Amino acid sequence: MSDIVEKTLTALPGLFLQNQSVGGPAGVKASFSSRLGGLVRGITALTSKHEEEKLIQQELSNLKATVSAPATTLKMMKECMVRLIYCEMLGYDASFGYIHAIKLAQQGNLLEKRVGYLAVSLFLHENHELLLLLVNTVVKDLQSTNLVEVCMALTIVSQIFPREMIPAVLPLIEDKLQHSKEIIRRKAVLALYKFHLIAPNQVQHIHIKFRKALCDRDVGVMAASLHIYFRMIKENPSAYKDLTGSFVTILKQVVGGKLPVDFNYHSVPAPWLQIQLLRILGLLGKDDQRTSELMYDVLDESLRRAELNHNVTYGLKALTYVIQQDPTLALQHQMTIIECLDHPDPIIKRETLELLYRITNAQNITVIVQKMLEYLHQSKEEYIIVNLVGKIAELAEKYAPDNAWFIQTMNAVFSVGGDVMHPDIPNNFMRLLAEGFDDETEDQQLRLYAVQSYLTLLDVENVFYPQKFLQVMSWVLGEYYYLLDKDTPEEVLTKLYKLLMNASVSSETKAWLIAAVTKLTSQAHSSNIVERLIQEFTISLDTCMRQHAFELKHLRENVELMKSLLPVDKSCEDMVVDASLSFLDGFVAEELSQGAAPYKPHHQRQEEKLSQEKVLNFEPYGLSFSSSGFTGRQSPAGISLGSDISGNSAETGLKETNGLKLEGIKKLWGKEGYLPKKEGKTGDETEAPPVPQESIIMETVDQTLIKKDQCQVLTQSKEEKEKQLLASSLFVGLGSESTVNLLGKADTVSHKFRRKSKIKETKSGETTSAHNRTCSYFSSSSNATYEDGYYLDTLQDRGDKELNKLSLNSGLLDSESLTELPSVEKLSNCKLSSSPSLFTDNSMEGFQPSQSTALSVANETSLAASLLEETSEHMHSDLVEVCHNETISLSSFKIWKDDCLFMVWSVSNKSGLELESADLEIAPAENFKITEQPGCRLPIIEAESIKTFQYSVQVEKPFTEGNLSGFINYQMMDTHSVQLEFSVNLSLLDFIRPLKISTENFGKLWLSFANDVKQNIKVSESQAALPSALKTLQQKLRLHVVEIIGNEGLLACQLLPSIPCLLHFRVHGDVLALWFRSSCSTLPDCLLYQCQKVMEGS
Amino acid sequence: MIKAILIFNNHGKPRLSKFYQPYSEDTQQQIIRETFHLVSKRDENVCNFLEGGLLIGGSDNKLIYRHYATLYFVFCVDSSESELGILDLIQVFVETLDKCFENVCELDLIFHVDKVHNILAEMVMGGMVLETNMNEIVTQIDAQNKLEKSEPPVMEVHLQKSTLLERKRFLHL
Repeated sequence: MSDIVEKTLTALPGLFLQNQSVGGPAGVKASFSSRLGGLVRGITALTSKHEEEKLIQQELSNLKATVSAPATTLKMMKECMVRLIYCEMLGYDASFGYIHAIKLAQQGNLLEKRVGYLAVSLFLHENHELLLLLVNTVVKDLQSTNLVEVCMALTIVSQIFPREMIPAVLPLIEDKLQHSKEIIRRKAVLALYKFHLIAPNQVQHIHIKFRKALCDRDVGVMAASLHIYFRMIKENPSAYKDLTGSFVTILKQVVGGKLPVDFNYHSVPAPWLQIQLLRILGLLGKDDQRTSELMYDVLDESLRRAELNHNVTYGLKALTYVIQQDPTLALQHQMTIIECLDHPDPIIKRETLELLYRITNAQNITVIVQKMLEYLHQSKEEYIIVNLVGKIAELAEKYAPDNAWFIQTMNAVFSVGGDVMHPDIPNNFMRLLAEGFDDETEDQQLRLYAVQSYLTLLDVENVFYPQKFLQVMSWVLGEYYYLLDKDTPEEVLTKLYKLLMNASVSSETKAWLIAAVTKLTSQAHSSNIVERLIQEFTISLDTCMRQHAFELKHLRENVELMKSLLPVDKSCEDMVVDASLSFLDGFVAEELSQGAAPYKPHHQRQEEKLSQEKVLNFEPYGLSFSSSGFTGRQSPAGISLGSDISGNSAETGLKETNGLKLEGIKKLWGKEGYLPKKEGKTGDETEAPPVPQESIIMETVDQTLIKKDQCQVLTQSKEEKEKQLLASSLFVGLGSESTVNLLGKADTVSHKFRRKSKIKETKSGETTSAHNRTCSYFSSSSNATYEDGYYLDTLQDRGDKELNKLSLNSGLLDSESLTELPSVEKLSNCKLSSSPSLFTDNSMEGFQPSQSTALSVANETSLAASLLEETSEHMHSDLVEVCHNETISLSSFKIWKDDCLFMVWSVSNKSGLELESADLEIAPAENFKITEQPGCRLPIIEAESIKTFQYSVQVEKPFTEGNLSGFINYQMMDTHSVQLEFSVNLSLLDFIRPLKISTENFGKLWLSFANDVKQNIKVSESQAALPSALKTLQQKLRLHVVEIIGNEGLLACQLLPSIPCLLHFRVHGDVLALWFRSSCSTLPDCLLYQCQKVMEGS
Repeated sequence: MIKAILIFNNHGKPRLSKFYQPYSEDTQQQIIRETFHLVSKRDENVCNFLEGGLLIGGSDNKLIYRHYATLYFVFCVDSSESELGILDLIQVFVETLDKCFENVCELDLIFHVDKVHNILAEMVMGGMVLETNMNEIVTQIDAQNKLEKSEPPVMEVHLQKSTLLERKRFLHL
């Protein structure tokens, strides 16, 4: 089609030109060359934007007439294009000229062609429809013998080229890699890199040619190939380790000045090349001692030769990265960093703070946070505030030296960060207050301090606090006001009432406020203010508020009930929740008997969803304010389990309504739900509880600011000393003290801190483990149930199984005592370790990871139940050992669940000793969302036992190769902790699931999808038969066979969570014609690649 | 990779804009304006890097700029580029322009916008740095210019030149 259009276009001007009269065009032509000048001068002379607009519009309409006039020569056209480029640059639409730009590139002589190409590259984008008209021109020019034409074609290809037309030019460009001219080779390499970026799978086969480019005798070609290698190594470092030697050699040559002298830039030999090579080496050497060793020499050499005084930020950035590896390095540059802190450029300041953030420890926290707050008060950009506030909160939680400081800092965070900050911050803060640490009096002091400071803050007139801050305040006041030991909470009620009546307070905050009032009312029921409040809000237009007011009103009538519902300081006690909602059993039975539809569990509904066109949305609408019944919602599967463990159901229901939002938070963000994201943090929190400290108490942040201001008034010499003091306070605790401190002062202080925190650490460790032991009761009982359930399953049908499980569960609960538990757990573990054949078996049922920690009964039973439901019908991979040493062995396997990939890592302790604080962390990976499954956080692995960690992995967009890495930490008795690193490869196929649709739906979807990829692949004779090809696709790619018609097949699959992809394939002799279509642009490509791999591999 | 190369003068008038990623016409204009706004309010004595404006991609992006006499040269790059490398690349670009135009000034860029684009195309291709060796670039440009010998040279604008590279000496000596 583009062919025909092109021919027509080519023919047109020729026709017109033949009949040109001599007089007219010549006159036009003479004035042409200065037209642009005229235009520019015209514009320069103008004074207003409006006039400019008028002039340009005038110019554009002239141009429009000229370009479409038949008499316009190509030369004039070229002039017009330049003017059009100018107009477009100023932001005016010149789309009428696009087609002429393409024409010019097609027909012009070299010069005109060049302008045509330039205009095309500036006007069009790679999805522009007109671009198809250019493809033939590009192909023609690529075959030209004229170097300049080839260069132009390569340039345009790397700038804009339609993805689907790549096959048309790919072989031509590949040939150019062998071209005799360096410049062509260079450009060809970059053009191929561009293809690699937009359609990686189409250039998969030429990777080997890139290696040739890397070894090219021309420096430019080699440099161009580095772009590709940087990219590919970033994606998959392990595949290119063998090239490390080559890169090192190249860098050596560059640094050693072996390149031609014109590659020197201001007497530095090829700095860009050095940068690029260093980055590549950085990627290759990351986490790989052996590869890194190859580089040390040359890195040292490069560092030595590099000038270090360029631009300060650059240095700082580098330093920031270095410091992540070794904080002590910052010491050498402490004075520079101090200078940067006072730098007038905010960007440099920010980088400095970033650096300080990395070196923060318990001893320099106050100074660093103070610096951060100073910066925070000056900055206005939202994302800086969000970022910085998060950092301060994180540091404060980790290293807070004492209660007062912590609360004051958090106050500053809340008042500045306000409503833009991450919601984790206030939630974490409240959780911290509620859960407390090991020392009860300490906790009480912290809470008391918080209450006092909020009362003071609320006393200040005419100050508006952010909503989030008010919410935190109201929660804290409601929970902990009693610590003040006042007779009545009248004072605080007045304040809350005032806020409630304030129009600027949002309704969400008001709900928090009224919850606080409710809690306080239970402590002092006779209050006029409460009376007034109830009157006010029972007629409120806000239904939510009205509801709360009514609740409060009725609760007040029954003081005893109210007190039992709202016990003092019980916010983080776990509630016994009737997860099965057994109190509804009667109701359900009644409804069922009257013909109501029975309840369907989630997975069943999912299946139906796929078969039906329209289904109702069964998902809950987020967390509603009154969170009653949320446990049931969380685990619909849990309904069949554990009727026995339900507590007083009536009480539970009421309690939840009044526990309000906090309880909701508690469950969702409870110890287990929390860990996936914040695992490091929770550890740290227990490590560094606020300790009262006489030496560094800062009354308020504001005061410290004032202090600082006073300091600045001091004389010059003092200022210098001040800086040194600052330096010593900033860098305290990095490395050995004697080298750290310029003034050598902080020694004693730091010791004090250290000892204290150590004691704390051990203490908290003990308590948590004790807690965990008690918690593991239910988990192992349900495990045992599960295993028994499995064996029963083989004999009986599903319904029977459910019954059996129930009875077994209750039996276990009755008979087992806490002390017997470890043996039960061991039993299941032994079973696991002694019979690894279970994994190679085709089903998963036999394996049930031992659950160790549990927070609440409800969670645990639901987890067990959900695992039960899920694992039984899913495929899984073999158990593969990913890393090991003499003590432990870490293996992993994948379970391909319907809705996600489930990764299980199992750590087996081979030694005869107990392993302490064992922890497995998965590094966050781009494109993957990794969620830890609750219930796998027991810090101790007993001798010769196995423990598993489970993660569910979701993918964000299609990919070809993926990799998850992480490490496992553990500590043997009395020895230092050991860290083992590992990585696991992920394939796109891990996230592909069959999509079961009908042929009719297939047809509909096929037509609605815009992205498609076609490819023919050759296969061996045995593969070519339709059935065997089908089998391969079905088994290896997990495609669903929709229908087979003659020698054609229709298959469908989906990329989790729900990107469908359809495949149409046809067999011709030994060629398989594959045709993928999807709603996602990259998925067909990636799938095609996998498909090729599978077909070639089998 | 390099996402965009912008040149505008002290008043924010665009002199050259080259985008290596598809943006709509409107967005392009907004990016130019935003970039000018960000860059122009910075003092002479602060560093040459800043985190990108929101339009061009937020904090993953960096603006690296240099100010020469009447013009700002701004490169918008993503995090895979080295700031320092780009900073020097700008210098190479300007020095190359200087060689090709003999004492380049703002007017050269206005009247020979196509030539400037051609020079740029020899340095940066599809968002990737192609060549940093100034001699090599000039050689390529010269080779192409031979084609133009038949064309009458357009020398009308060399009258009111205030050299663009005045500041160069301050920066590098």
